[in-house]
Amino acid sequence: MHLILFVLFAGLCLAGAINLLLQSHPINSALSLIVVMTSLAVLYLLLGAEFLAAAQVIVYAGAIMVLFTFVVMLLNAGREERTLGSRAARAVGFPAVVVILSVIATVILKAQGLGTASLSDGITSTEELSAVLFTKLLLPFEVTSVLILIAILGAVALARHGDGERTAGK
Amino acid sequence: MTILQFFLWSLLKVAVVTVVMLLGVAYTVLLERKLVGRIQNRWGPSRVGPFGLLQPLVDGAKSFLKEDIIPTAVYRPLYLLAPIIALGCALISIAVVPFGDPNVGPDGLHLFQISDVNIGLLVILGITSIGVYGIALAGWSSNNKYSLLGSLRSSAQLISYELALGLSLVGVVLRAQSLNLRVIVESQASRGILTWNIFGGLQFIAFFIYLMAAYAETNRSPFDLPEAESELTAGYHTEYSSMKFAMFFMAEYANMITVGCVATLLFLGGWTSPFGNLIPLPQNIVLQALLPIFWFVLKVFSFLFLYVWVRGTLPRFRYDQLMSFGWRYLLPLAILNIVGTSLWLAYR
Repeated sequence: MHLILFVLFAGLCLAGAINLLLQSHPINSALSLIVVMTSLAVLYLLLGAEFLAAAQVIVYAGAIMVLFTFVVMLLNAGREERTLGSRAARAVGFPAVVVILSVIATVILKAQGLGTASLSDGITSTEELSAVLFTKLLLPFEVTSVLILIAILGAVALARHGDGERTAGK
Repeated sequence: MTILQFFLWSLLKVAVVTVVMLLGVAYTVLLERKLVGRIQNRWGPSRVGPFGLLQPLVDGAKSFLKEDIIPTAVYRPLYLLAPIIALGCALISIAVVPFGDPNVGPDGLHLFQISDVNIGLLVILGITSIGVYGIALAGWSSNNKYSLLGSLRSSAQLISYELALGLSLVGVVLRAQSLNLRVIVESQASRGILTWNIFGGLQFIAFFIYLMAAYAETNRSPFDLPEAESELTAGYHTEYSSMKFAMFFMAEYANMITVGCVATLLFLGGWTSPFGNLIPLPQNIVLQALLPIFWFVLKVFSFLFLYVWVRGTLPRFRYDQLMSFGWRYLLPLAILNIVGTSLWLAYR
């Protein structure tokens, strides 16, 4: 049962990702990305990470992608023009992708003590997750929060900067 | 219980709940028309059946029989997909709502809940956040300026108020120490109305925030700017006709019912009686099973009544007022509520 669901949603995820690249209309690409995000959530669920799955749907598929579609709608972006693409990019790009993927694969395969994850009925409850997050991983967790805070402050500063110039120009 | 049995039971539960939900939607529309009618000093629908009780059936038949017009300039795939997303998401989220005593029924099977999920509350939030796409895509694919403005407004409004809505629920989750809706209800069950989260749990601020955010989330008055008819014709569903329009309409009312269910579960003690153990349980086993459902329906009904009352009474907000209310008042208030609840729980 788990395997069937895994194959189904992994396939959906890949199909969404390929469709994302092939579509020429930005809104279709954004929708394919939503399909990718939601199928990833199902894969998390199959691995027993229920909170992560829900957070994936709420944050990525629900909030961030709404913002994407919002911007696409607001700018009313039109169709992308199909070009033949640059030959240099093609010559360098494909080998580069292969090299990067093989490097990542070797690193992961060589790494020791990663632990295993399997498709099973076992579920990591939200309490266990938060206990680890607030004891063992407290520092990385807080540092990430500060990082996000800095990004927010940066966005506000940029927005205010533009505003100041406009009032100065008047 | 074998897989086949589980499958058949689930199918039965889904079928029954969907039918009840759709009937509920139809009669909520009637309730709204009747009540708003009374508020405006007129009768409301009164011709079809006794007291106009058959009006929803006639309305449904009318929607089916109307001509289905698809304008030539729409972007067809998304135009057709949008109402399905809207109604689908509105109906799915009821699947995790427990609306009766969960211990009734054959072993291991919750007769009054389609599925008992550990993270039920997050599932509802997730499905609601996906439901935004129905409205956003409808407006965009219609290729009409009013529709586009309506859906832009709606997306911005939903993103803004979703934050306040989610944060307002954290206090309740902190108190129950679980995201499971059943556990949340059972945590407020001990002394009836005194231990409900809204009173005994001191979560009335959270309830107020939830109420406001829920009105905005379901695009209801006084936050119904996405379909403000005086400026945007009908907002995001201007170009929709016949059953496709009816699907958006049904989605809106189904969302209202879901929001009412969540409010009941989180703040008003769910299916438990407001009198706690003061009144002894009836001996009859059928009555024992049905009484919790009666309380649940009564609470959801009073929430829907409040919805209609507000619509009949308050004027619409202006857009900038809506945004500043959400970001500058509701959000900080929700964060303060979380801090207060955590401190209280820590030093109790």
